[in-house]
Amino acid sequence: MIEKNCKVVEVNEIQTGIFILKVKSSQIAADVKPGQFCNIKVNDSLTPFLRRPFSVCDVDEDIISFQFNLVGEGTRLLSQKKKGDLLNIIGPLGVGFNYSGNFENAIIVAGGIGAAPFPLLIKNLSKDINVISFIGGRSKKDLIKYKLKNVIVSTDDGSEGFNGNVIQLLESEIHKYDKLNIKIFACGPNAMLRALSKFTIENKFDCEISTESVMACGFGICQGCNIEGINSERFLLVCKDGPVFKAEDVKL
Amino acid sequence: MNSIDLSVKIGSLTLQNPILLASGTVGYGSEISEYADLSKIGGIVTKSISLNPRKGNPPPRIAETSSGMLNAIGLANVGLEEFIKTKIPFLKDIGSTLICNIAASSIEEYVECTKALNYEDTVKAFEINVSCPNVKDGGLIFGNDVKYVRTITEKVRAATDKPIIIKLSPNTASIKEFAQAAKDEGADAVSAINTLVGTAFNIYTKKPKIKNITGGLSGAAIKPVALAKVLEISRNVDIPIIGIGGIMNWQDAVEFMICGASAVQLGTVNFINPNACVEIIEDLKKYCIETKLEKISKLTASYLI
Repeated sequence: MIEKNCKVVEVNEIQTGIFILKVKSSQIAADVKPGQFCNIKVNDSLTPFLRRPFSVCDVDEDIISFQFNLVGEGTRLLSQKKKGDLLNIIGPLGVGFNYSGNFENAIIVAGGIGAAPFPLLIKNLSKDINVISFIGGRSKKDLIKYKLKNVIVSTDDGSEGFNGNVIQLLESEIHKYDKLNIKIFACGPNAMLRALSKFTIENKFDCEISTESVMACGFGICQGCNIEGINSERFLLVCKDGPVFKAEDVKL
Repeated sequence: MNSIDLSVKIGSLTLQNPILLASGTVGYGSEISEYADLSKIGGIVTKSISLNPRKGNPPPRIAETSSGMLNAIGLANVGLEEFIKTKIPFLKDIGSTLICNIAASSIEEYVECTKALNYEDTVKAFEINVSCPNVKDGGLIFGNDVKYVRTITEKVRAATDKPIIIKLSPNTASIKEFAQAAKDEGADAVSAINTLVGTAFNIYTKKPKIKNITGGLSGAAIKPVALAKVLEISRNVDIPIIGIGGIMNWQDAVEFMICGASAVQLGTVNFINPNACVEIIEDLKKYCIETKLEKISKLTASYLI
């Protein structure tokens, strides 16, 4: 974990409202594991006041990238960064995906901007693992396929692919794969993760979910990003105990 | 001028410099030690400890506001026994002064916690939290009632010879009366201020942004309020003050000292810049050189009004 000013390499709008921010940090690039995140101060002023947490999307030599959509002032300012600008970044933070173990099919389930952490996961998976990416969005324009493999999509309005949500899509497709050889990796809105966890727990699939929360520090001191754990007397922290959890370990 | 004396005294407690880390913003020290060299700072005030572990409030617990944030963590902590067993060993070796913050739901609990921690050599002083706005039992019920503050100070004073600091609430009409009560009952110092009660709502869902509905406002936004409270105590009560509230940089720290603080605590800034404490100390040295100030303690209450 480090705190450092990192140089912006580029910011690209890859599709309407979806950006890829690339910054140079050899140390974070060397240390980061899929599913981990960084906490970024988007400027030096008091507005926005807090850092903004983003999953690391990809690593290419000493360049790390983040994928984000426009939500508020923080992401708007980030989208306007120029090559050479400095960003103060803390990272890598948190517990990422556990992708060791015996499975042949890595099934990715992502809703909207929840696709962000998966390019790095896919890059790190062993080459003989079959990757299938189930991607959901409200509409065609919300589907993010950036650097994903074997993409199958759903839209709530039926404008592309399966007409329905991504969990319904997954339920209709998953029988094609041998249950014992599957591991599911998911990220997206809480409602999606809740429906997915219910499905994977009931059907005994091995599933890890990347959660999100409002957050201040990102490394365990503010205690602001708590999440209810199953069989845990204390709350878990998204920043330190997560953001990736086994589906059966947390209550969303 | 080669040697600048940054040391300050809080009653019988001497700190190597006036920069402390505020309770509830540094956990038990281990997380922030990855970012900041804690041996360089004046001291650390640990997360409030209660007799039994507290789970804290359900999420969401925090919300960002203009130049600040609201929190309603609810004093989540590991409890006294676990603190002594697993947290004190790390804190022994941080190389700066350890102040233990105690929160309780009853007067007896304050006393019991103080007595138990009094045996720990690592603990150099106590900060008594009578002002948490986010718990139903205790907290502001004590902090808003000068009789409670008087009794709690008296009982805790009887339980330890170590310095005690009473952490005061700004959510009162007259903070000076509380500071006077603390002084009368033998407190060594007061710290001011704890957070201000506030709230924030989502305008589309019409729901509060934090589950507890209200939370404590902290960060740069509260600095003018905190300064006014520190000044009020300084002008009316003869007791050392530890200034807290929205300090983001060395200039803010100097301002608090001018308004009457003997030392200051950094809180919310730790979430944004975990090395702020060390940077501020370096900058304070430069300020002292620039203004030809040999002892930083001379800044305290140097206001010209």
